[in-house]
Amino acid sequence: MSLPVRDFYRSMADRVGQTLAERGLDDKILIQVGSATCEHAAGSQTVEEEFARHIRASGRKDIVIHRTGCTGRCSREPIVGIHVPGLIPVKYERVNRDLVHRIFTEHIQNSTPVVKHILDHDGETLPEREFLFCEGARCQRSGPSLRDRFSALLEARGIEPHRVRVGAASCFGACGISGGEPATFVLARPEKVLYRLSSDEDLVALVEGHVLAGQVVERLKAKEEPIALEFLERYGDVSFFNRQSRIALRNAGVVDPESLDEYIGCDGFKALTDVLARRDPEWVINELTKARLRGRGGGGFTTGAKWALARKQADTTRFIICNGDEGDPGAFMDRSMLESDPFNIVEGMIIGGFSIGAQKGFFYIRAEYPLAIKRIQHAIDVCRANGLLGQNIMGSGFDFDMEIRLGAGAFVCGEETALIRSIEGERGQPKVRPPYPTDRGLWGHPTCINNVETFANISAILRYSGDWYARIGTEKSGGTKVFALAGKVKHTGLVEVPLGTTLSRVVNDIGGGVSGGKKLKAIQTGGPAGGFIPAAMQDMEVDFEPLQKAGSIMGSGGMIVLSEDDCMVDIAKFYMAFSQEESCGKCTPCREGTTRILEILERITQGKGEPEDLDKLHRLSRLCQRTSLCGLGRAAPNPVLSSLKHFREEFLAHIHDKHCPAKKCVALIRYEINAEKCIGCTICARNCPVECITGARKEAHVIDQEACVKCGNCFDVCKFAAIDRV
Amino acid sequence: MSECCHCQTDNWEDLERGYRTMLPEDVLAFIDANREKEHSESMLIATLHMVQGHFGHLGPGHLEAVAQLMQVPLAKVTGVATFYHYFRLQPRGKYLINVCLGTACYVKGAEKVAQKLTEELGIRFGETSKDGIFSLESTRCVGTCGLAPVVMIGDEVHGPLTPNQVPNLLETYLARAAEDLVGASTPEQK
Repeated sequence: MSLPVRDFYRSMADRVGQTLAERGLDDKILIQVGSATCEHAAGSQTVEEEFARHIRASGRKDIVIHRTGCTGRCSREPIVGIHVPGLIPVKYERVNRDLVHRIFTEHIQNSTPVVKHILDHDGETLPEREFLFCEGARCQRSGPSLRDRFSALLEARGIEPHRVRVGAASCFGACGISGGEPATFVLARPEKVLYRLSSDEDLVALVEGHVLAGQVVERLKAKEEPIALEFLERYGDVSFFNRQSRIALRNAGVVDPESLDEYIGCDGFKALTDVLARRDPEWVINELTKARLRGRGGGGFTTGAKWALARKQADTTRFIICNGDEGDPGAFMDRSMLESDPFNIVEGMIIGGFSIGAQKGFFYIRAEYPLAIKRIQHAIDVCRANGLLGQNIMGSGFDFDMEIRLGAGAFVCGEETALIRSIEGERGQPKVRPPYPTDRGLWGHPTCINNVETFANISAILRYSGDWYARIGTEKSGGTKVFALAGKVKHTGLVEVPLGTTLSRVVNDIGGGVSGGKKLKAIQTGGPAGGFIPAAMQDMEVDFEPLQKAGSIMGSGGMIVLSEDDCMVDIAKFYMAFSQEESCGKCTPCREGTTRILEILERITQGKGEPEDLDKLHRLSRLCQRTSLCGLGRAAPNPVLSSLKHFREEFLAHIHDKHCPAKKCVALIRYEINAEKCIGCTICARNCPVECITGARKEAHVIDQEACVKCGNCFDVCKFAAIDRV
Repeated sequence: MSECCHCQTDNWEDLERGYRTMLPEDVLAFIDANREKEHSESMLIATLHMVQGHFGHLGPGHLEAVAQLMQVPLAKVTGVATFYHYFRLQPRGKYLINVCLGTACYVKGAEKVAQKLTEELGIRFGETSKDGIFSLESTRCVGTCGLAPVVMIGDEVHGPLTPNQVPNLLETYLARAAEDLVGASTPEQK
């Protein structure tokens, strides 16, 4: 018997297949340009215009521009990918107008890539082929040894390593998708074929068949299709990307965020089809529970349990809300997902709406993200026009619609009861829980609030099963987590890794370690509600419980790397100033507590700290934690408590010795000119804003300490390291 | 306060007519469209966004007109407008400079950039320059931490910035403002 939902999907997929075939992108040269807030800021729009101009001027019809979201490789943007049929895609970093010209004339028109500007590439030539071995970072497969034997085989046949590159990827997440024994998976590029290897004979067959004869070895082809296949095909050669496991971010940098067709081409709305055809919300909730998916907004509440709670309410008017009020300074994964893969979030939300029996969904997005708002609105409109939203979705009889509500710059609105108040058009002040929103939420009806990233995982879980997702993470929490890596780290950007990955792997292996050759001091996780993990604990596994034990939290996934140049007292003060400003003022412990804590921290950084201040800080922090009304106040003292726990000696140095070990706190440092090193070039005197540096030409200069405002200009401009910061 | 506070009438139709002149067409249409809907008062924040989008700020008259036309107490409208950081009650310059003081920018030296901006513009945070071209404000993270430290001018994000780049950056906007002035006056000359 044919089901209306399945028929609906089939005809939609056929139509999309036809449209995509007509576009004929597979036979054309694609110029892939990123388009998201960060890419735009780096200049990607100019780059796109410039390429368009070159294409017009060349008059060629076989070159097209393909716009995608962002891959999360922020520090190297704008990133441009050149896809020539039959060749491995090439990515360029930090592309500007001049480079566009070179890429177009040298690479596209003359087939000689501009090797020097290729993303993370340090070789003279580009390989013709590439084999990516799944190293199974989580399951300890025989990957590495197989890979070595494969390289040895290639060498024995006289194939040079620069022609055929052998690389490693962290985890394809392909095991057990379609049952059968675990094996090592290998992705062959540019053919985009996934092989499944289990023995040395397989290796020989691969070398002789695929490499030497240039034919796909059908016998070894895997039946599995890893979720991030398209992503790996495009970015698999870059270690920043192949050390990640992309699930929530699988389409970021792959699909055009404004094209429903491309999303459907990547198996979009397959999960929703399954859900609506089964007509069984319990099945969805069961799969999510099996997947051990926990709320990615920070709380870590099991998503399956939350949906089940809302579902069993007697009140049948129910709502589902997507919390896109990403207020944590230093976190930007929600923005990236909303901008780069909006249809995926919409699909996750429709499934959520069906599962809890809601009629309406709300996107709550902060007004600071205009592009995210635009793309989600576009996705909603397109879905509505195509029968994926509104009345009788996909012919299933299920009615569900959604709309966007804008935040207006209040951090506290990330708290669920405050968020509900804000959607109701009120001031965003939290309420006492219980009742929890799942009992009585928006306008008094049962309401489910989930984070953007949580919704981004839903379709993947339902397509590949909850067991598959659970296997990727740890015993307590399944799947992956996206981290926004920023601060003093070499490669800033979005990193999606399985839960249970060590901090060190994220910061050092993927992030490239601390920038400028400095020493790692601490890693801050969880934003203003989180804490510091000292460098000594960097081998800790990232998961909800271990982070909490160390005095921090997972939070929404901000990860700020701090180096030896950062003063922990100063950073703690920074976070406290944030929480103090964002406190809504409703309850006294938070409103007054944060203010007083901040006062004490300010005093300490100004060198006016007193020995009893540390006890005061501790007492006040505990009080604020225990008695505040909502999560903001309860978590606000975390940065102070964790820095007191791990970096007490820095506080003591500020209080007792009036000394800032990181030389950051302005009141506790001074600049002096080393007379032996100073050659009297006068550059410091010319750059001093208060003219407090004196001295004749070619003679050692002197700083008038009374007049000095300690701006540090002289320190920065001196070419002879003659200025000491003490 | 607005002229409508001094109306000599308490006839709602006269009052309404007066308030309607104070808001642009699209906002009026938006309010009218929502009036009959369920929970129409929940559209208050969206309405204020539209008003600010049009005028650049929320003046006392705007708040009163919104309150009257949406039939929401003025106390509540004012409460909402003052609660959220995004709403501005004072007029601002042609270009709003938002210095990101999020964590990533902070550890990468945003304070020095902020310092330089206050020096160059001669204004403090929350103020507008005398020529009415720049307003200086700070924000908590615009989500482009990879480019830290960043400054947002209007809708454009700039980064990574050093204090030395600040004067040039301001120059480009000054030039743009001057161009707009010329562009605006040419049709009149014709």
